[in-house]
Amino acid sequence: MRLTEIIDLTQAEVVAGDTAINHNLQKAFSSDLMSDVLTLDTEHILLITGLANVQLIRTAEMADIEVVLLARNKKATPEMIELAKEIGLVLLETPYSIYRSSGLLFKNGLPPVY
Amino acid sequence: MKLEFEIVSGDFSMAGKASSQIKKKLKQLQVDPKVIKRIVVAIYEAEVNVVAHSVGGKMVAEIDGNGINVEVKDAGPGIADITKAMQKGFSTASKAVRNMGFGAGMGLPNIKKNTDEFNIESEVGIGTTLTFRNNF
Repeated sequence: MRLTEIIDLTQAEVVAGDTAINHNLQKAFSSDLMSDVLTLDTEHILLITGLANVQLIRTAEMADIEVVLLARNKKATPEMIELAKEIGLVLLETPYSIYRSSGLLFKNGLPPVY
Repeated sequence: MKLEFEIVSGDFSMAGKASSQIKKKLKQLQVDPKVIKRIVVAIYEAEVNVVAHSVGGKMVAEIDGNGINVEVKDAGPGIADITKAMQKGFSTASKAVRNMGFGAGMGLPNIKKNTDEFNIESEVGIGTTLTFRNNF
């Protein structure tokens, strides 16, 4: 699924990252638990989460995650945005819940990691 | 090439600095991205462990032509039961650590899963030393 489609479907705002790059996400994973994110063997996925701290950005960096969608109207801190820009991560914010965001993306063809 | 990092207890804002720098270095060396991902996930998990559970420690990473050796050594308090600590889901993490998105008891098993060689030694009152290696 193209990044622009993810942004449209979840009414998301882009707070970091270059949306001009042709991101084409193959799969998505929803979790507030970074311990579980770090166990995934799949790279270049969309991560949907309600956890808004610097460790989210670090986890995305180590796990080769390209795009993070912050759900439940959580806001990224300036420190998170700065770090996301530094590592080239696309960071999005949506007012929708994890359930609603995941449901919309799934219904429109973005498959789960498992 | 030898890289050394101090890891400060409780400082979550710094957790990931070492793994991030090592990742950059391995990218420069054009190591296979799949190999890079495995080793940096292991290093990051180890960093978080030292920040979350210990009084502080040190990480030394040595890169040679064939792979990377990592030693993560903390100054205590040590692990009473290593067999339990290696079980998926066993955790002694505080609520603060869990609020950070960690402390699910996945760290040590995940380090073992993501490395080619893995060893852990610990003594209560002395500290814990992890050594692991990944081949390129």
